[in-house]
Amino acid sequence: MSGAERRETLRHVLLLVPALLLLIVLFVYPLSGIVNRSVYKNGYTLDAYRQIVGVPVYVQVIARTFRTAALVTLLCLALGYPLAYRLATLRPRTARLLMIVVVLPFFTSVIVRTYAWMVLLGRTGLVNQSLTALGLAPGPLPLLYNQAGVLVGMTYVLLPYMVLTLYSVMRGIDGALIRAAYGLGASRLQVFRRIFLPLSLPGVAGGTLLVFILSLGFFITPALMGGPADMMIAMLIEREVEITLNWAFASALAVILLALTLVGFVGYNRIIRLDRIFEARS
Amino acid sequence: MADDGQRVGPGVVAITTLTGATLLFLLAPVVIIVILSFSGADYLRFPPPSLSFRWYEHFFGVPAWRRAILVSTEVATLTTVLATGLGLLASLALVRGRFRGKGAVYAFVLSPMIVPTVITAIALYFFFARMKATGSVVAMALGHTVLALPVVVIIIVATLQGFDVRLEQAALSLGASRVTALRRVTLPLILPGVFSAGLFAFLTSFDELLISLFLSGAEIQTLTVRIWNSLLLEVDPTIAAVSAFLIGVTTVVLGASALARRRGEAPEA
Repeated sequence: MSGAERRETLRHVLLLVPALLLLIVLFVYPLSGIVNRSVYKNGYTLDAYRQIVGVPVYVQVIARTFRTAALVTLLCLALGYPLAYRLATLRPRTARLLMIVVVLPFFTSVIVRTYAWMVLLGRTGLVNQSLTALGLAPGPLPLLYNQAGVLVGMTYVLLPYMVLTLYSVMRGIDGALIRAAYGLGASRLQVFRRIFLPLSLPGVAGGTLLVFILSLGFFITPALMGGPADMMIAMLIEREVEITLNWAFASALAVILLALTLVGFVGYNRIIRLDRIFEARS
Repeated sequence: MADDGQRVGPGVVAITTLTGATLLFLLAPVVIIVILSFSGADYLRFPPPSLSFRWYEHFFGVPAWRRAILVSTEVATLTTVLATGLGLLASLALVRGRFRGKGAVYAFVLSPMIVPTVITAIALYFFFARMKATGSVVAMALGHTVLALPVVVIIIVATLQGFDVRLEQAALSLGASRVTALRRVTLPLILPGVFSAGLFAFLTSFDELLISLFLSGAEIQTLTVRIWNSLLLEVDPTIAAVSAFLIGVTTVVLGASALARRRGEAPEA
């Protein structure tokens, strides 16, 4: 490397310093404090982790978190794939216009979106009113403060992540391949099954992984829309910090959640880059 | 990949119907909350029996809510300045620089988007509590900057990748200094992207709940924290007006960002 090139590299590294410093002081260091708290209590110990594994209620919370995350991911995929497919096969101008409908909720505060569903799913909410009026339910159904509420709310909040990931991959599929297949006499279904679907699989993998890891750490929506029986890991962590004041235990839970999330993020980065879902922001 | 005028079969009809239903599912809650915020009734029933501004009057009239608007705005403004400044510098390095581990640095900068915010919030709470600095606008803004930085970097990196480096090289070869070239050529051209990044940094902070919640104090509460606190107590229709206000802020940000991008696009694009 020549002297000029080395100076150039140094200059670029210097530009990174302020941002990296901020992240190290306000992100990495505080997180390392949590790791430390999880193993240190008058000396190093794994008691907090033993407590998690040893108490059935906590194991149940972890199992429920995984189950809920899996269900939400499946729901997002089931709704998101057809939507992304349709948007990707529309003319770009029309697709961009309809994309606003995906992007507006994506950038609306999670607490606002959750509140909207609390209003809609309440006993006298629009959903129950409609079901009763249509004769589909004898009276108001319990749709809130239970698992159903959590699933609807979380699917709503996370669906845009799935659609944007799928869409960014589907838009990149070479149209010439599709036209060639039609030209060779393939039916629509054949084209979809043999060409479009396989080429869209990276999007499916990326979207599934992203929604799943975000679901694992979800807090606001399950806390507001779930009942006492719907406790998830993030809610348990918050409760241990705010109410029980069992900080070592909360930290151990946080470390487990953090580790799972980071493993998922590394996997996601291998499939698709996170910045691609931002391309459709307007 | 456009549709190729194939015969419209039942499969297409089914997918189009499903797509329409999903789009409705995405849009309806947002629209319904905005309509409900103009309700004249004491309870939230759709459609509202009468229309009025009473919940907005309450929202903008009660000192605690007004204070919350102010706190949210202060925190978001500070976050925008910090995140956009640091993010712009980092983006220049991430796009232009040639050094080992660049991909890893980029992934690291984006990682706050993925780490559950509850964990980040608790970590920051412990961090600031030790310095007795919770309950302050600055602490909240610093916390929000961690979340806004990845958003800013993503947007500015995308803008810089679309920027023709030869323009800057031309300025340099014509004798401009590095700083002059950056200030007179590069920055004006990427300004729409930087502006858009700033808007999204503002929005990230304005919409954030968990970090604000853990770092809030009795006096220093953001809008989202006040929404959270009142939702735990009762369903107050004022929240519909506050929500509609936040949806309005999101709409303005998306609109302004789209406009800035359209202006920034080269004529041939």
